[in-house]
Amino acid sequence: MVISKATSNSDDFTIHSTFASRYVRASFPRFKMPENSIPKEAAFQIINDELMLDGNPRLNLASFVTTWMEPECDKLIMASINKNYVDMDEYPVTTELQNRCVNMIAHLFNAPLGEAEAAVGVGTVGSSEAIMLAGLAFKRKWQNKRKAEGKPYDKPNIVTGANVQVCWEKFARYFEVELKEVKLREDYLVMDPVKAVEMVDENTICVAAILGSTLNGEFEDVKLLNDLLVEKNKQTGWDTPIHVDAASGGFIAPFLYPELEWDFRLPLVKSINVSGHKYGLVYAGIGWVIWRSKDDLPEELIFHINYLGTDQPTFTLNFSKGSSQVIAQYYQLIRLGFEGYKNVMENCRENMLVLKAGLEKTGRFNIVSKDNGVPLVAFSLKNNSCHDEFEVSDYLRRFGWIVPAYTMPPDAQNVTVLRVVIREDFSRTLAERLVIDIQKVLHELDTLPSKITAKIALNGENADKNVTVVTKKSAIETQREITTVWRKFVMEKKKMNGVC
Amino acid sequence: MVITTTIPDSGEQLQPTFASRYVRTPVPKYKMPADPIPKEAAYQIINDELMLDGTPRLNLASFVTTWMEPECEKLMMAAINKNYVDMDEYPVTTELQNRCVNMIARLFNAPVGESDTAVGVGTVGSSEAIMLAGLAFKRKWQTKRKLEGKPYDKPNIVTGANVQVCWEKFARYFEVDLKEVKLSEGYYVMDPVKAVEMVDENTICVAAILGSTLTGEFENVKLLNELLTKKNKETGWDTPIHVDAASGGFIAPFIYPNLEWDFRLPLVKSINVSGHKYGLVYPGVGWVIWRTKEDLPEDLIFHINYLGSDQPTFTLNFSKGSSQIIAQYYQFVRLGFEGYKNVMENCLENARVLKEGIEKTGLFNIVSKEDGVPLVAFSLKDSSKYDVFEISGSLRRFGWIVPAYTMPPNAEHIAVLRVVIREDFSRALAERLISDIEKVMKEMETHPIRVSTKTAHVTATVDETQDGDDGGKKHIKKSARETPEEITTYWRKLVAGKRTGIC
Repeated sequence: MVISKATSNSDDFTIHSTFASRYVRASFPRFKMPENSIPKEAAFQIINDELMLDGNPRLNLASFVTTWMEPECDKLIMASINKNYVDMDEYPVTTELQNRCVNMIAHLFNAPLGEAEAAVGVGTVGSSEAIMLAGLAFKRKWQNKRKAEGKPYDKPNIVTGANVQVCWEKFARYFEVELKEVKLREDYLVMDPVKAVEMVDENTICVAAILGSTLNGEFEDVKLLNDLLVEKNKQTGWDTPIHVDAASGGFIAPFLYPELEWDFRLPLVKSINVSGHKYGLVYAGIGWVIWRSKDDLPEELIFHINYLGTDQPTFTLNFSKGSSQVIAQYYQLIRLGFEGYKNVMENCRENMLVLKAGLEKTGRFNIVSKDNGVPLVAFSLKNNSCHDEFEVSDYLRRFGWIVPAYTMPPDAQNVTVLRVVIREDFSRTLAERLVIDIQKVLHELDTLPSKITAKIALNGENADKNVTVVTKKSAIETQREITTVWRKFVMEKKKMNGVC
Repeated sequence: MVITTTIPDSGEQLQPTFASRYVRTPVPKYKMPADPIPKEAAYQIINDELMLDGTPRLNLASFVTTWMEPECEKLMMAAINKNYVDMDEYPVTTELQNRCVNMIARLFNAPVGESDTAVGVGTVGSSEAIMLAGLAFKRKWQTKRKLEGKPYDKPNIVTGANVQVCWEKFARYFEVDLKEVKLSEGYYVMDPVKAVEMVDENTICVAAILGSTLTGEFENVKLLNELLTKKNKETGWDTPIHVDAASGGFIAPFIYPNLEWDFRLPLVKSINVSGHKYGLVYPGVGWVIWRTKEDLPEDLIFHINYLGSDQPTFTLNFSKGSSQIIAQYYQFVRLGFEGYKNVMENCLENARVLKEGIEKTGLFNIVSKEDGVPLVAFSLKDSSKYDVFEISGSLRRFGWIVPAYTMPPNAEHIAVLRVVIREDFSRALAERLISDIEKVMKEMETHPIRVSTKTAHVTATVDETQDGDDGGKKHIKKSARETPEEITTYWRKLVAGKRTGIC
């Protein structure tokens, strides 16, 4: 506890009401740690107030990540916030809860396990860490195989679609693996299994398929990929495996599409990652990676920590971290059970259809997302010559909604979409309200002059006259033009990959 | 919101928690249960099982913060549903991180101008921070070697054998050779002279630790810098230094401001520190700061643009909670330099009180130094009748978690108990711990567990020898307690010997 010192200052901070004290007049430190302490109430108030200017998490329709949990779970989270998860010796129950979650998720994904057999998997901070671990395992396995064959092992590569989330690019760059991306097409916005299998060569450590593409929520056809790759493996003998990035889809497919074969039911799938903090319905900070069997996780990557005499193998990038999210995940798994998760996903899908229908009724949008997949609605303007999706996104922000606009990755860069993710806490009421607000925005934009109309008018008039006409642009038009240019410039540089 | 379905057995809602059927069914461990259960039941079942975890505040094994002010907890709970990586949506949270980076960089005397932006990032912990720093060194070295036309496939890193496990992870996962300077009895940190000797052309950096995990000692970074500068002059290899200040980074600037260990030394190119150790924040935040932009290769940075401005990011984790970052900023502005200094001085004072109390028993050697991280590491003067592992086990009965470890090579024969003094370990608790240790020692002295077993062994041997000619055999029956004791002790030693999970 900090020893409170008696200050000689006459304006006793304990008496002043929060906004009467001198602390709200002082400029808040940004570059250097302040010399003196301030009362905790002042610190709380000032930070709290500044944070009011952040977006409202529940209106952040850009994110898949959970923004609401039951108060009972909040209680458990707060109670365990000071438990360092990695202290397995000191917190054996928390460690066991993680193990139970791994077992449950492995069974959910049809891992080939016996009744009371412990599954191979681990809790991570998110799918990024999970993917890096899975990728590391593939890389090491491939290297060992190549060494045993006496072949070169310095140029590993991984085959994925161009629609992968940025963490795959990070993995590739940080762990020195080449990323071979299957380009998309305007009408096919996920990885084409045929093209992917064509790209596989002897240096391919794995093919990564996405269950729930970030941009339009589509599930890639993992079964087809498996079938084609099995055939190729028979011909080549390379034994190339598959990893499924089920960050979003892993907690949707088993409940809504149980017949869809995408998991360990397919023999080439060796590891799967899923984000606990997306449709696992837990706050940000938890992911899971499950391996098919012990053989798929090279022993040399595992560090053995022993506690209470039993061996606890660990394979994570992070060490110390909070325990709250692991406990919250277990809470959700037993609180909701299979039926509960199914109900939540069905509600999301239903609300997604309501939103989609509402948007279609305006007659101004093309729906780019599919009905089956992650519950989200990706839509683009039928006519974006006057105003584009970025403007719609901006105007919606004024109502409080955060609806991002993105351009697709190559080779579909001319397609721009707005995307609304339907999370557990996006009720029908909110869906209907969003449709109304979108209609308001369109109405407003229609009344505003387009930046392009001025140009066309100019060119049309003067084509024959050979006279240069200087049209004074209004202040707002110039500004808007500049903003649009910069935004496009910035968006181009923006590896869409900030999309998560 | 989950739509509540009406459960046919409607009496459920009325029953008090422990009268319902939920406390009778076995808790699911392998397979997700088919049906939902009421949230009160879910809460109670999990809460109750968690009672059997250790009490975090009595966990004297850990450096990681276990107490924060309620005002800060309020801020943390409010931010728990904010995904930190959504910079576009939460610009204030992002800015708070940037402010923290700036403050920490200046605390470490990074050569930045008054209102320049420092180069650094918030991470989930020092593990991630170290991996990022190591990656930067590896990439810089590779680029340099490629330019020189030399081979770049065998990078290595020089550290002491006392490094924390995350360095071993970094080495193994990122394919860098780990060259460890062995310790020796009485010298439990990396010897700068030996370290510099081990540096070769493939060394990407030398890692020094400010606040060794095992004894809390600060390594002599200044000496390392001097010796390495000399060697660099001779060889032209330009080998840099990284300082792993996971624990020490938030102690040295306040207690030992004249100790030169940070960016004041020219070869130090990056420093990591754990916000969740003496940064006084709950687990889940670390920081890595680079000296300048040049020390962080551009091709490792991913650029995410928000609101038209460029936010460069270089982290292994993507989505994560915002709570700990906000909490770190809270601590910086709440405590300020003065507040942190007071907390650290209190910790050192309580460490001294504990050390004196332990010395007074006359049964222990103090292995830790006065200067360094506030912890007390102590070993038994005489381990013949009982050892530190047994003491650790006995202390657990009182509620204290005091771990026992053997030192890394070449000092494996030394085993210590270690108590870490955190902010919330008051003098009252220190005095209580001393009195409980005294109780345990009295117990050990009067009822030593091992003596009877050994005597039994000795007797057996003697008897057998005596009966050797007779051809007869005598069997000494071990008591019901001795055999399990022996087995447990044997296993515990075996297990503890493999343990590298010390943090």
